[in-house]
Amino acid sequence: MASLKEVRNRITSVNSTQQITKAMKMVAAAKLRRAQDAIIQMRPYAKKLGEMLATVSAGTETAAESPYKQVRTVEKVLIVTVTSDRGLCGAFNTNVIKAAVALIQEKYATQAAKGNVEILALGKKGGEAFLRRGFKVNTDFMDVYTRLSFGVVKEAAESIMADFEAGKYDAVEVVFNEFKNVATQIIRADQLLPIPEAKNDLKTATTSNVNYTFEPSEEQIVTDLIPKTLKIQLYRAVLESNASEHGARMTAMDKATDNAQELIKALRLEYNRSRQAAITKEILEIVGGAEALSQG
Amino acid sequence: MNLEIITPDKKIFSGEVSAVTFPGTEGQFQVLNNHAALVSTLGQGAIVVEGAHKETFTVDGGVVEVLNNKVLVLAESIS
Repeated sequence: MASLKEVRNRITSVNSTQQITKAMKMVAAAKLRRAQDAIIQMRPYAKKLGEMLATVSAGTETAAESPYKQVRTVEKVLIVTVTSDRGLCGAFNTNVIKAAVALIQEKYATQAAKGNVEILALGKKGGEAFLRRGFKVNTDFMDVYTRLSFGVVKEAAESIMADFEAGKYDAVEVVFNEFKNVATQIIRADQLLPIPEAKNDLKTATTSNVNYTFEPSEEQIVTDLIPKTLKIQLYRAVLESNASEHGARMTAMDKATDNAQELIKALRLEYNRSRQAAITKEILEIVGGAEALSQG
Repeated sequence: MNLEIITPDKKIFSGEVSAVTFPGTEGQFQVLNNHAALVSTLGQGAIVVEGAHKETFTVDGGVVEVLNNKVLVLAESIS
C-alpha cells in the first residue's frame, strides 16, 4: 500500500488538475457564447445575399457563366481543413483530420499518389498533422483563429478562388466541424469549387414580381455575387468550426472534471484506509510493548 | 426611408435617413425617398448617409438593394 505522504501528494495534484479543467470549461463556455453570437451576426448577411442572388438570377434567362462553375478533369486538388489552434478539446481535431484523410483516400486516391493533393490549413492543429504526414501544406492562413474576422477569411477565399481560376487546382473541398449543439459536432466535407450545380434550384424557387432596375446588367451582378457567396460559405465554415471547438472543449473539460472528482474519491478512500492501518499498527505496538513491560 | 448596412461581422448602420450616396461600379449615385426598386453592385469608395447627421463609411465592394423605401447594403468590409 502506498505511503500516506504519496497518496496525499497525489490527491493535491489531482485537485489542482481539476481546478484547471474546471476553469477551462468556464472559459470555453464564455467563448462559445461569443462564437455563437458571431454566427448569428453572419446569418442575416448570408440569408440576404442568397435571396439577392435568387432574385437577380430569376431575372436572367441564361444560367450565369462563372469561372467558378467550370468543371475540369480533376488533377490537382486542394483540401481546406478547418481545425483549432489548441488541443484539449476531445476528438475535435482528430475527426477533421480523419475525415480529410478518408476523403483523400476515397475520392482523390489517384491524385494523391501523384502528389497532387494540397492542404490549406485554417487552424494550427490540422496543418501540423498534415505536415507530419508529409503532405504539401499551405500555411499562409494557419493562424486565422488568432485574428478571426471576415477580412482574414476573405483573403483566404480570394487566394483560393484566384488559384482555382488560374488552374492551380481543379477542385477545392472544405472539411470542417459543423456546430449542431454544444455536445454535438457534425463533420462536413463540402465541395467549394467548382460550385455544385444544385444551387440553381434557387432560381425556380423564388420568382419575384418586383421590377428591379439592375445596375450594371443582371448577368454582371450575378457574376459579382457568386464570389461573395463563396467567401461567405468559407466564413461560415470557419465560424461553425470555431463554435464547435469551444463546445467540444466544454464537454471534454466537463468530463475531465468529473473524472478528476472520481479519482479524488478513490484516492481519499485509499488514504483513509492506509491512515487507519497505520493507527491500528501503532496501537498494536503500544499494547505489545505494555504487555512486555508488565510481564518483566 | 430605412437604411441598413451590414457586414458578415456585424451590423454597421440601421435607421431612418433622407439620402444615401453610393459608390456604384458604374459611377456614383444617390438614393432618395421613394426610389424605384434597384439592385446594384458597389465598388471601392464612400457611402455617404444623410439623416439626422451626416455619416461616411468607406467600403471596398458590396451590393445594395432598394425595395419599398428600404435600402439594404451588404458590404464586405467597412472602415
